[in-house]
Amino acid sequence: MSESMVEVRNVTKVYERGKQKVEVLHRLNLEIPKGDFVALMGPSGSGKTTLLNLIGGLDQPTGGEIVVGGSRIDQLGSGALAHWRAHNIGFVFQFYNLMPVLTAEANVELPLLLTRLSAAQRRKNVAVALEVVGLADRAKHKPKELSGGQEQRVAIARALVSDPQLLVCDEPTGDLDRKTAGEILGLLQVLNREHAKTIVMVTHDPKAAEFARRTLHLEKGQLLEQAA
Amino acid sequence: MTRAGFVIANLFRKRTRTILTLLSVIMAFLLFGLLQSVNTVFNAGSDFVGAARLIVQARVSFTQPLPISMLPKLEAVPGVSRVAYQSWFGGVWQENTPLIMFSLDPQRYRDVYPEYVMPDAQWQAFERTRTAMIVGRQLADQYGWKIGQKVPINSNIYPQKNGSKAWAFDLVGIFDGKDEEWKKRTNLAFIQQDYFDEANQFGLKGRINFFILKLIDSKDAERISRTVDAMFENSPDETKTMTEKDFNISFVKQIGDIGLIVRWILFAVFFTLLLVVGNTMAQSVRERVPELAVLKTLGFSDASVLGFVLAEAFTLVLVGGLLGLLLASIAGAMVERGTGGQFQLSLDLRVWLIGIVAIVLMSLAVGLLPALRARRLKIVDALAGR
Repeated sequence: MSESMVEVRNVTKVYERGKQKVEVLHRLNLEIPKGDFVALMGPSGSGKTTLLNLIGGLDQPTGGEIVVGGSRIDQLGSGALAHWRAHNIGFVFQFYNLMPVLTAEANVELPLLLTRLSAAQRRKNVAVALEVVGLADRAKHKPKELSGGQEQRVAIARALVSDPQLLVCDEPTGDLDRKTAGEILGLLQVLNREHAKTIVMVTHDPKAAEFARRTLHLEKGQLLEQAA
Repeated sequence: MTRAGFVIANLFRKRTRTILTLLSVIMAFLLFGLLQSVNTVFNAGSDFVGAARLIVQARVSFTQPLPISMLPKLEAVPGVSRVAYQSWFGGVWQENTPLIMFSLDPQRYRDVYPEYVMPDAQWQAFERTRTAMIVGRQLADQYGWKIGQKVPINSNIYPQKNGSKAWAFDLVGIFDGKDEEWKKRTNLAFIQQDYFDEANQFGLKGRINFFILKLIDSKDAERISRTVDAMFENSPDETKTMTEKDFNISFVKQIGDIGLIVRWILFAVFFTLLLVVGNTMAQSVRERVPELAVLKTLGFSDASVLGFVLAEAFTLVLVGGLLGLLLASIAGAMVERGTGGQFQLSLDLRVWLIGIVAIVLMSLAVGLLPALRARRLKIVDALAGR
C-alpha cells in the first residue's frame, strides 16, 4: 500500500451558529495516498468545503485527528499552522482570489515572501511556475487584464510556486465556461501525473470529477462511498 | 516584489482616496509645524543677547500710559545713549483698514532708529509741521500716497476735541529702510506727539505708551532692563523693560493666550485627521477582508497581517507628516525672512522631534483598530463572506 498524504481519523466538526450547534462532519475517516487526485462531491451543506478546509489547515476539527504529509495538524496553534500551510499546501479557490493591485508575477511571488529565497531565486521560481501553467507571456498583467481562465492559471501558479506536495482546490472550475474548465482540469491532471502532486478537489460538477483518479461522495457529514 | 512594495501597492489601490487622505495629513502637519513654532516663539524666555534697544512700558500693559516725565530719569541710566517714545494712535485708513500708526517725537525717533532713512528736508518738515505725518515706503506704495497730499485718517480710539474721530494729516515725508531687512519694516506711519497730545479729546497730556532706550553697548541690555524696572518699582508707574522682539510678541499676546489657542487648534486639527485617516484605513480593511484571508491562507501569520495594515497606516502618516513638516519649515523660514527675523518661525529640532512622535502616535491611533480587526479575521469565515 502506498504511503498516505492525508489521514483523517474520526473527525468531527461542529459549528456554533448563535445558540445552535451544527454538526457538519460526523466521525469521518479518510485516507488519501500520495500522488492521488481525489474529487469530493456532494450536495450543498454536506461538509465538502469544511473537510477541505480541515485538510488544508484553514480550520481545526472539533474532534479527531488529521495527519497531512506526516504532520499532525489538528494540534497546531494558529502561528504554527500558518507556517505549516506556507510550506506544505497550495490553495486554489473558485474565484481565484488574486490580489488586484499586483501583477500576475507578483501574485505568484507572494507565498515566496515567506521563504528565505533571494529575490533572484524568487523571480526564477515564479518564471518556472508561470511557464508550467502556460502564462509566461502574461507575467506583467494585472488580474483585471486577464480572462477568468488565465486568472485561475495564475492562482494555480501561486499554489505551485513553493512546491507543496498537496494542492487543495475548492471548486476550481466553478466560475469558468466548459472549455476553459476543461483546460484548467487538464492542467491539474498534468500536475498530478507528471509532477506527482496530490490533489484534493471539491466540485459539484461530475464532468470535473472525471478528471480525478477517484471520487468521494459526502452526505450529511459522512463519507458515503468510494468509487474507482 | 518585497513586503514594502506590497504595502505601497495596497496603499494605492484607490489612488484618489489615498492622495486626498495624504493631502489632509500634509495640511495637518503643516499647521502643526507652523503653530508649534508660533508656540515656541510665544513661550520663549527673554533673550537680551544682541539687543541694541530696549522698550519700557507699564508693567501691566502697554495700553496703560506712562508719564513722559520719566524720560530724564531713563536717559540718566548708565549705558543709555538716547530715549524716544511712542503712543499708539489706532489709525484706520478709509473704511476699516487698520494702520500701524504711532505719535512720536521726530528728532528723538530719528536718533534712536537710524535704520530708517529719509532726506533731511523731510525730517525737518516733520518737526516743523504740527499736522505732519510721515509714512514708510511700503505703506506709501500700497496706498499711492504722495508727499504734499492731505491724508484723512480715522482713529478707532482718539476723537479730536470737536468729538470727531476723523483726522487729517499732511504727508511731509516717506522714509525707507537702510537695507533690505529694514525696507521690509516700512509699513508704518508716524505723526507728531505734540500735536496729538494737544488735539485729542482724552487729554492724555504728558503720557505716552512706551519708551525706547537706545543702548551704548548691547551687552548691558539685561543690566539696564533690571535697573530701569528697579528704579520705578513701587511707584504709581511700575515698568516692564524688554527687548523689541519680546515687546512685539507681548503686543500680539494681547489677543489672548496664544499657547492655549494653538493647543486647541492643533487638537481640532488632529482630531479631524484621526477621523479622516482612521476612516480611510477602516474602509480599506473592510474592502479587502477576503484578500487578507487569502494572505493568511498562503501562510502569512496573524502578526504579519497586522503588520501589513499598520505599515500602511504608518507609511501614509509618515509620508504626509514629513512633507507637511518640510512645507512648514519652508513657510516658517519665509515668514522669518519676510519679517526680518522678528518672528522666528523656522522649525527647530524640538518641533521636528515632537512632529515625529506625533507621526508615530497618529499611525498607531489610526492603524491599530483596523490592524487588530485584520489580525482577528478567521480565514474560513472571511473566505465565505461571513
